[in-house]
Amino acid sequence: MTPLLHVNSVAKRYGAHIGCLDVSFDLYPGEVMGIVGESGSGKSTLLNCLAGHLEPDEGQVVFDTRQNGPQDTVTMSEPERRLLSRTDWAFVHQHARDGLRMSVSAGGNIGERLMAVGDRHYGRIRAAAVDWLDRVEIAEDRVDDRPTAFSGGMQQRLQIARNLVTGPRLVFMDEPTGGLDVSVQARLLDLLRGLVREMGLSAIIVTHDLAVVRLLADRLMVMKSGHVVETGLTDQVLDDPQHAYTQLLVSSVLQV
Amino acid sequence: MTTSHTPMIDIRDVSKSFILHNQGSALIPVMEGATLAVSPGECVGLVGASGAGKSTLMRLIYGNYLAASGQILIGGLDVASAEPRQILELRRSTLGYVSQFLRVVPRVATLDVVAEPLLAVGTPLEAARDRAATLLAQLNIPERLWSLSPTTFSGGEQQRVNIARGFAYDYPAMLLDEPTASLDAQNRATVLGLIAQAKARGAAIIGIFHDEAAREQVCDRFVDVSAFAPRAAA
Repeated sequence: MTPLLHVNSVAKRYGAHIGCLDVSFDLYPGEVMGIVGESGSGKSTLLNCLAGHLEPDEGQVVFDTRQNGPQDTVTMSEPERRLLSRTDWAFVHQHARDGLRMSVSAGGNIGERLMAVGDRHYGRIRAAAVDWLDRVEIAEDRVDDRPTAFSGGMQQRLQIARNLVTGPRLVFMDEPTGGLDVSVQARLLDLLRGLVREMGLSAIIVTHDLAVVRLLADRLMVMKSGHVVETGLTDQVLDDPQHAYTQLLVSSVLQV
Repeated sequence: MTTSHTPMIDIRDVSKSFILHNQGSALIPVMEGATLAVSPGECVGLVGASGAGKSTLMRLIYGNYLAASGQILIGGLDVASAEPRQILELRRSTLGYVSQFLRVVPRVATLDVVAEPLLAVGTPLEAARDRAATLLAQLNIPERLWSLSPTTFSGGEQQRVNIARGFAYDYPAMLLDEPTASLDAQNRATVLGLIAQAKARGAAIIGIFHDEAAREQVCDRFVDVSAFAPRAAA
């Protein structure tokens, strides 16, 4: 099987400071990988390098495109990369405001991404928007409201709907449940899990919340100071951590 | 069913130790030379005092703990050296594990919790839910609870939901950690019946049973894990 994403020796430096160094992994279709580590460990830098938001200084990020098979997204042209980020890729930001257009209605936020890939039929776009609002559990009668009128949890679900409407194959998520209260988090996790299974999505989730990765991620990558210190099956890494830092991370979680 | 010559579960000379980096890098050897084979249709009971390593061995077989050395072959795949995605596929299609604790996403209905292993192998939703409903009914979970999340259930109910989930899909290899503990007589009989059915269809099973009568009823032989204790460090 061809990996959906093949990452080879990716590095990003900020001057003398290391963002991330020598990161390599393969992600296969349908797999969900979690990246955990404390603030400043380089996990968001890595995610941004993978998603084309930052240009890595070294390494390849090879994505298995629908048309042309595996392509290095670091060296491909900007229009090609933009097309990928509108079609096969999705990016869920920690703050929904960064991923939504706050002055456009909820329906418009979802429809915009469809229009960006060439859909022009108003009725069809609106029907898709309503369908997606329903899938993320937002009532249909809110379709014309702006996200500014939504709660934090609703905004996050709207951002997810906007991202998934074009049927992407790879979703990047940066702390998708951060800043939400726990009951809203649980609802969002349940929703994400269902969507991942139904749509056969692959996902890379950056978070510092080990409970989130235990429920969502098949595999785990642990980062510290820009380096990957441990990788493996999620439950194996959490229940039998090998590296000193992972042991510290796991044992530092407060039990409820 | 006659037992074939190729074991479904084949554990060879497995050892395990923990290194506690944050506690003076203490090295704690917990298992050495674990060797055990289980054929299709056979149920092997692990015995040994509490702390002898029964659960540790189960976790090693499931890939939850990383073996320090040796081979753990399940249907030909060596769990001790396999890639995460191979182990995930093994857990979906081949190796089931009924642990003592239920861990689920909050808010998911009990019926769907039980149906999930079937959905994961591509069973249509209706068929998966039908099977889940049958099991829940057999295990005496009242139908009015099926649409609720099991997170709020009593300990005994959670355990039965966990068992229903573990038996929803017909795994060729199964690990059962105390499946009959704290069940009343009727539910205990149901679980023993499920185990007997699994054996009859050819599942290779490794179980931990503190309940002696249950153990005698379903196990074909016993393995004392005390034999796999590390020799005292000199």
